[in-house]
Amino acid sequence: MKETRLGDFEEVILLLVGILGEEEAYAFKIAEEFESQTGRSVSIGAVHSTLSRLDDKGFLTSEMGKATAERGGRRKRIYTITAYGQRVLKEARDFKVSLWRQFPALGTDFGGQI
Amino acid sequence: MKPNNILPPKLATRFLLWFLRDDLAEEVLGDLEEKFYDKLEGSSAFQARLDYWYQIFNYLRPFAIKNLNFITYHTMYKSYFKIGWRNLLKNKGYSLINIGGLAAGMAVAMLIALWIYDELSFNKYHDNYDRIAQVMRNEVWEGNLETDESMVTGLATLLRTTYSDQFQYVVMATQPADHIIAKDEVKFSEPGRFMHPEAPEMLSLKMLYGTRNGLSDMHSIVIAESVAKKLFGDANPINQQVKIDGQMEVIVTGVYEDIPYNSEFNDLKIIAPMDLFMSVNTWTDYNSWNNYFMRIYAQLPPAADPKTGFKAVSAVIKDTMKDHEEKDTYQEKEGILLHPMSRWHLYSKFENGESVGNERLLFVWLNGIIGIFVLLLACINFMNLNTARSEKRAKEVGIRKAIGSLRSQLIYQFFSESFLVAFLAFVFSILLALALLPWFNDLSGKEMQLPFANPYFWLICLAVTFITGLLAGSYPALYLSSFDPVKVLKGTFRVGRFASVPRKVLVVFQFTISIALIIGTIIVYQQIQFAKNRPVGYSRAGLLTLPASSADYRGKYDALRTQLKNTGVVSEVAEANYPLTNTLGNNTGFDWPGRDPSFDPSFNTIVVTPEYGETVGWEVVAGRGFSRDFSTDALGVVINESALKVMGLDNPIGETIRFKRDYFGGNEFTIIGVVKDMIKGSPYEPASPSIIFPSIYDMSWLFIKINPNESASVALPKIEAVFKDLIPSVPFDYKFVDDEYDAKFRAEERIGKLAAFFTIFAIFISCLGLFALASFVAEQRTKEIGIRKVLGATVPQLWQKLSADFVRLVLISCFIAIPLAYYLLNNWLQTYQYHTEISWLVLAAAGFGALVITLLTVSYQTIKAALINPVKSLRSE
Repeated sequence: MKETRLGDFEEVILLLVGILGEEEAYAFKIAEEFESQTGRSVSIGAVHSTLSRLDDKGFLTSEMGKATAERGGRRKRIYTITAYGQRVLKEARDFKVSLWRQFPALGTDFGGQI
Repeated sequence: MKPNNILPPKLATRFLLWFLRDDLAEEVLGDLEEKFYDKLEGSSAFQARLDYWYQIFNYLRPFAIKNLNFITYHTMYKSYFKIGWRNLLKNKGYSLINIGGLAAGMAVAMLIALWIYDELSFNKYHDNYDRIAQVMRNEVWEGNLETDESMVTGLATLLRTTYSDQFQYVVMATQPADHIIAKDEVKFSEPGRFMHPEAPEMLSLKMLYGTRNGLSDMHSIVIAESVAKKLFGDANPINQQVKIDGQMEVIVTGVYEDIPYNSEFNDLKIIAPMDLFMSVNTWTDYNSWNNYFMRIYAQLPPAADPKTGFKAVSAVIKDTMKDHEEKDTYQEKEGILLHPMSRWHLYSKFENGESVGNERLLFVWLNGIIGIFVLLLACINFMNLNTARSEKRAKEVGIRKAIGSLRSQLIYQFFSESFLVAFLAFVFSILLALALLPWFNDLSGKEMQLPFANPYFWLICLAVTFITGLLAGSYPALYLSSFDPVKVLKGTFRVGRFASVPRKVLVVFQFTISIALIIGTIIVYQQIQFAKNRPVGYSRAGLLTLPASSADYRGKYDALRTQLKNTGVVSEVAEANYPLTNTLGNNTGFDWPGRDPSFDPSFNTIVVTPEYGETVGWEVVAGRGFSRDFSTDALGVVINESALKVMGLDNPIGETIRFKRDYFGGNEFTIIGVVKDMIKGSPYEPASPSIIFPSIYDMSWLFIKINPNESASVALPKIEAVFKDLIPSVPFDYKFVDDEYDAKFRAEERIGKLAAFFTIFAIFISCLGLFALASFVAEQRTKEIGIRKVLGATVPQLWQKLSADFVRLVLISCFIAIPLAYYLLNNWLQTYQYHTEISWLVLAAAGFGALVITLLTVSYQTIKAALINPVKSLRSE
């Protein structure tokens, strides 16, 4: 059986893949983006591990991109979100929003701007 | 931008590639390099490198690590072992020799290790092992600093009172001695001691009945389980009344588990209160300062540090004797010291007031080295056989490599074979050790058991097995796997001229040890025989001895003697103050005509009844022995030849000697006779000069000479009947002087037997190796032998040719072993004053023996090879 749940860190990585887009979504850049967006440090290995897990779950696809000089002529693996991945992201967001709405202290501030 | 001169650390990259899945290599390396140079822009090269390492360690995640396909590996290992097993079965002879030799070596090593462990764990039965010590005394004696364990009662009392804050317990004890314990008609003698009541607590006796406080009442006694069994059977012994030495009525207040053999207190079967001793022996009390006859044991308080505590307390109590010594001079180095229990067994010797390692420690080392050697011999066999067979397996290696086997796989293959053999050998060695253990225990005088329940035992065994497998398998594994497949398969592969050199060195090494051990065994045996054949100066045949110190003997000597002689089976009876087989009782302070005033030698002083001479059968060389017919004999003495030599008297009979004190019924004695030296002490040392005094009073040791015309089996019941009649309260606990004398040789005999045991094993293992090697060489040279035969070589010529190689090696071993053995054994012999000489005949015989054994071992194979029909050997291929 395939695992379809989306963890917290996985959700962030998935979103970052979407943000970085076609050219930039590979492990090193994602790790860097994560650090700059969250202020937390992360190793490339950890990001790579998550990416490959998301790939296994079918939220991402990947293919080898072009080689660049900075990398000693090595190619990079570019990740893209699949339609399934986008749907899972949306569901995750909707679920959280519905939870926020039921939270009385903040519920009303949330009027459907998202 | 990218600074070209700084690169990511290569080692880290290699490490990454070692574990990283191959399909990930490109992207990961790319990412990491980008990260590295990115980092380099903002920080130092060192930080960038450190970060690179950090990133790589973060790739140690399941998704990124190479697929260790365990199923494939499992199959591979299964294959290794299967092939190994088939190889074993295919060469049954070699395998048997391999496994058998290794098992024998391991079993011997195991037994020796057990023995060493036993020696090192001596006295650990006592819970307070590391806080107990014996109080010893350093004293200057004839210019030397001697250390003695005999103490005065006053010191124990002083330590128990004034210095009580230094100790948890101070226990005074009498010397171990046999005491008669009797319950109604049941009576026998058991070794026991009088001790202070804290003794059971200090020795942490395991009480089966009663408590450790059992000795608080003066009329109480605690006994060992074995004694309780003999006295009361299975009944509860508590509050039963028993009698000690026919005069002390006591109540059993405790029974303790017998103290095991590997404790210094092993022979402590009875403990009675010191108060009882004092009440019976009115000639002494708790505050005597001039009679040294007690032992004192002490235990440090729980807070004391076992490492430094003994030294510290020793320093405090060092000079406690000073004010009480009757001597005029007290030297700085004299004084009291504590001898820790942990040093009692292996460091019981004292040199200049310090405890040093004794012979036992030496044997621990010696046996340890021998054990390692025996194991090494077995390993050498294994390596030798494997390398010798390497050429035979060269083809196999070639084909395996040609099919695509990696070198590492071949290494695994050979290692798994050697581990298989080592493990099988280990299993057999356990069985062998189990079978040998009872006999080995007998030989070493121990009661050891294989500690199967101890996890450390298994851990150590498996570790040794593993190391053996590794050691034995390393040469074949690393050497065989390096063969070039093309050369091997083409047939141009030749093992170099020097390939067999290590093998030859190993054979020489083996035989050197074997020959040295043969020589050692013979010399030890010769030394024992030499000492045994030494004239003892008295007749041991049919001579009985028994302790007569019990109060029941008092005043009964004459009646006993008359009645015993009346039976007709006893030719003479005598008493003396010391046994025949030790040299207790030494005195200085004698004077004789012509003595140099500064010369004050020590004489062994023995007091005997006038019949002593006839009883022990001493040999009078001048004058006569004692006789009741001469009333003047009461102040006469008999001296031995050594004493005569010391005194230097030309005409000793009738000369007068004086003693400084009035010990022996007077202080002026006339020499009435000179006798041959009697060997009472060590048979390896010269007899001590002795002066023998007559007495007609009761003494502690009784001697009975059985009529030479009667057999012991007829005489003993009659003698016992007399004892039963006259002294019913004492068991007839006799010993043959013959046996007592033989006991002096036990230590040497033990060494001799152990040496013989190791020698046989070493030779056995060496011969096994040689046998296999010879058979292999013969097999390898089959073609050569065939061609030689076709060309007209005879069987003897071929035999000579094939055997010569081995004979040469053994000859080399002889030349190494003989001087080595001579040197070591000569040193050993020098430690005995009376020792045999090493004759060249023995050395030659050992070498010759080794040669004969070699030839016998090798000849079977060489003759077999020489007899093969050349048609058969040349036809193949």
